[in-house]
Amino acid sequence: MNKTDVLIIGAGPTGLFCAHQLGIIGLQCEIVDNLDKAGGQCIELYPDKPIYDIPAVPECTGEELTNNLLQQIKPFNVKFHLNERVEELKKNENRWHVKTSGNQKFDIAAIIIAGGVGSFEPRKFPVKECEKFEGSSLFYSIKDKTIFKDKTISIFGGGDSALDWAIELSNTSKVNLIHRRDGFSGAESSVQKVKELNDQGKLNLYTKYQMDFVGGENNISSVKIKHDEGESKELQTDYVLGFFGLIMQLGPILNWGLNINKKTVEVNTENFETNVDGIFAIGDICSYPGKLKLILSGFHEGALAARGCFKYARPDEKLRFEFTTTSKAAQERLGVKK
Amino acid sequence: MAKISYHTHDSKTHTFDIQNGLTVMEGAVQNDIPGIDADCGGGMACATCHVYVKEDWLDKLPTKEDGEEDMLDMAYEPKQNSRLSCQLIVSDELDGLEVTIPEKQA
Repeated sequence: MNKTDVLIIGAGPTGLFCAHQLGIIGLQCEIVDNLDKAGGQCIELYPDKPIYDIPAVPECTGEELTNNLLQQIKPFNVKFHLNERVEELKKNENRWHVKTSGNQKFDIAAIIIAGGVGSFEPRKFPVKECEKFEGSSLFYSIKDKTIFKDKTISIFGGGDSALDWAIELSNTSKVNLIHRRDGFSGAESSVQKVKELNDQGKLNLYTKYQMDFVGGENNISSVKIKHDEGESKELQTDYVLGFFGLIMQLGPILNWGLNINKKTVEVNTENFETNVDGIFAIGDICSYPGKLKLILSGFHEGALAARGCFKYARPDEKLRFEFTTTSKAAQERLGVKK
Repeated sequence: MAKISYHTHDSKTHTFDIQNGLTVMEGAVQNDIPGIDADCGGGMACATCHVYVKEDWLDKLPTKEDGEEDMLDMAYEPKQNSRLSCQLIVSDELDGLEVTIPEKQA
């Protein structure tokens, strides 16, 4: 059980700066994120795109912003739990007990949801039958590639994941690569490699095809694909892999009894607490009259939510308002040497 | 100003006058059309504003940039007439445009 003051869900810019604000007022926090790195949308969707509306920073990329925020919270030694999604939440007297997808457990005084537009999840096949094979013979990511040895694999997608796995698995498996168009979004060198392998008969490439149906009893035995012009093919296959990038979904947050309105969580604007005591929401995921989905709004919301957590984490103390320029306590927490 | 019709998967049609300069995605979001989430806010980074454009409109729309086609690879059930509605800028020429929102997206 990890015992700390506050658990922040989401390591995007809002969550990171909120960790700073908690640190300044002397509260400890840990951060959970479903992605494999900090930065949220800034890193996942637009690491190279410039942002022009961070106060006092005329221009920076999503990656630079993330790195600067990580630098800023360094003094507080915040513990990150990446590749984890918060699944369960239970009230235990005055504390919250939280469990993640990786079975990490937390005992905390308050929770701050800084989840953006939700957690990033793999985008799935629209074909209904796929569900029943998911996790057994149909996958959206690969954990153990040895299960594919000497089997037939049908890979769908045209990005780097699809191309890289098609190339890699073609060494030990029979691979079909199916993509909806002739063009690919993956690296040009990988596209060339795939075409070479196709010419050499080491891989079968089907372009302008999409999945129409998967069939099989307990495991997939065949997949039907349909050409743009309407012609269908049935391929014998042992496994199906789909690589269509990530989509953002609210996930288990929906079941926590919060007031949810159009994929956002309603909060008050005094301290960004939700309708449930001790659960706060900040950044893109929160809504209130006048809400702007800007990073700078997230920073403001985080500063207030951090202070809102204080009464839960230190019920017997009173929070003093102080500036970092003059506060000894804040400077000590920041590790400032005089 | 252009009249844009959005067909949703419940077989309803929602028609609105959309101001020139807005995108077809913004027109949908401002009018609460279900199924167009536009999670990334129009940055061509998420494919949650994917629509099917009525066939006879296809040639009249500006052509796709590279990034749009790459992003459509990630959309649910992309077809020949798929577009990202965040890339369709409303003008008088688009008056009467009809788009359908993919069922899986709603």
